[in-house]
Amino acid sequence: MKHHFDVRIGPVGFRIGSAWRRPVTELATLYAGYPGPDGGIADFTVRLEPERPWRRWLRPSIAIRGDFTLPDAAPLSLAHGLLAAEMGMNLQMALGQRRFLLLHASAVERDGRALLMTGHSGAGKSTLAALLGERGWRFMGDEFALLEPDTGLLHAFPRLVSLKNGAIAQMESEAAAERFGPRLGATPKGDIRHMRPNPRAIAEMGVPARPALILFPRYGFEAADRPMGASEVFVRLTQASTNYVALGEAGFDALSTLVRRVPARAVDYPDTATALGMVEMLWAELAG
Amino acid sequence: MKDALSLARALCDPGSVGRLDARGWTALIAAARAEQLIGTLAYRLKGLAIPDAAERVLADARASAEHWRRSALWEAEAARRALGPLDCSVILLKGTAFAAAGLDAGAGRAIGDLDILVPRDRLDDVERALLEAGWEWVKPDPYDDAYYRRWMHELPPLIHRERDRMIDVHHTILPPTARITPDAAALIEDSVALQNGLRVLSPPDMICHAVTHLFADGDLSGGLRNLWDIDRLLREYRNDAVVWEALPRRAERHGIAREFARAMRLTERLFGSPIPVVSKRGALDPFYVRRLAARDGWGRETRKGLRLAFYARSHWLRMPPLMLAEHLWRKARR
Repeated sequence: MKHHFDVRIGPVGFRIGSAWRRPVTELATLYAGYPGPDGGIADFTVRLEPERPWRRWLRPSIAIRGDFTLPDAAPLSLAHGLLAAEMGMNLQMALGQRRFLLLHASAVERDGRALLMTGHSGAGKSTLAALLGERGWRFMGDEFALLEPDTGLLHAFPRLVSLKNGAIAQMESEAAAERFGPRLGATPKGDIRHMRPNPRAIAEMGVPARPALILFPRYGFEAADRPMGASEVFVRLTQASTNYVALGEAGFDALSTLVRRVPARAVDYPDTATALGMVEMLWAELAG
Repeated sequence: MKDALSLARALCDPGSVGRLDARGWTALIAAARAEQLIGTLAYRLKGLAIPDAAERVLADARASAEHWRRSALWEAEAARRALGPLDCSVILLKGTAFAAAGLDAGAGRAIGDLDILVPRDRLDDVERALLEAGWEWVKPDPYDDAYYRRWMHELPPLIHRERDRMIDVHHTILPPTARITPDAAALIEDSVALQNGLRVLSPPDMICHAVTHLFADGDLSGGLRNLWDIDRLLREYRNDAVVWEALPRRAERHGIAREFARAMRLTERLFGSPIPVVSKRGALDPFYVRRLAARDGWGRETRKGLRLAFYARSHWLRMPPLMLAEHLWRKARR
């Protein structure tokens, strides 16, 4: 393709081809400091191409395609090219990843041990991980956590943090302006602004961690935490995994081992400051 | 990577990948994924000294293929349990058959739906038994349903409500509207029993079916994989004199002598296959080769005009003109 950008995020290499220069320039700027794919060979190819041939010039419209493609995915405008690239990479992971059990969860690390947070969209897992990543924890990822079946270790996938709506202002006050991409208005997911993880998250992205605590946060409730039965944790994590079925027995073994070994809590919180305090307390209590 | 010919070369001559640089590897992987040949490629390159990053991708592809194989065999077993009491021949087709019979053509092959062939006069019984065992209709549209029943070589697709897997029940291997009419009774009569009671086509028929699947039954999309099936089957039986000699006669009997000869020329040309008959080069052969290889190193379809021409031709071959016009008119109106 005419323009392309290669990048490695955690253990996964991507090649992103684009019919337009702009998305590739934006990617190169925001992914500054990231390495290329291991040995130059990408695991996945993403293509940003005109939805119809004439849509390259006329009201440009980006179809997200690649090794794995959803037949009826809605195209995006050229102004949302960065989002299209991110969605394309996520799509490859969701549909094509087989080396790791993919959990739709955010993750942070401290002392070689990982905290996993998962929940419905809007539960705050992304914002919490991004904030913890600026406050002494190592940010491992806000979208996918990669569980390695053979070792039980969690691998980082620190792609750009995708901040939505209210979380944008919150992080703008935490991180340097040069780490932010353009503000994307009126996307299918509302307002979005991408933020590059801090240098430590990038420098250490090849270092896996041992899972030590799983939290299911829920925003907008009075502060409370509850233990959860192993069977419920298991079922909720199968729902949070895009490739649990495709991995077959390996996926079942990896997930049941995780659930058996790692404590889990449901956490309700009214605001992020409270949540951060609860996370620190639960970590001190349970992750030892 | 200008087209998929380098993928074809990597498949039949694995040593050729030694020349690839990083870009070449990424392109090969993307093209193989797009042609549904990544698992096959992974098995062909197993054990060779290749870059770590590529080896990881291929190891994942082998694990995936093993998972497909296992699920496909389990689905076949589910069909066997549902249809066992009927006392009728149930013949596995395509990928599931290769896997169940332990053929080399099955190594790493992507397997989607379960395809079975049953005698036409048992179709109603089979349909009833499958519905009772938990399969359901996929297409509720009355026109589609009627179309399948009247004009297709298979029942409308059924999907299992618990396992979410599709089954295609065939009574022959080409639609009755096609200009060629294979001898379905002979396919069933000569089929071979597996240990569990399910059956597969005889080796010559398996190759004939792969040939019809490649040409008559589609627009050559996925053609490279279908041609690869033919290459593997030919190599599997190249030393079996009975199969080898029966092949051309069998193709004749099914009315596909021309297609068979063309498939032999193409698989020899692209994969260097051993072939049982040598025929004169066809005028359209170069177009077929260009169409089969119409895929670039980004996994994109190339040669749009040629693709369209083959697409039009596939419909033309499948039904008479007036019927085609009516069919497309109905499809376009909704």
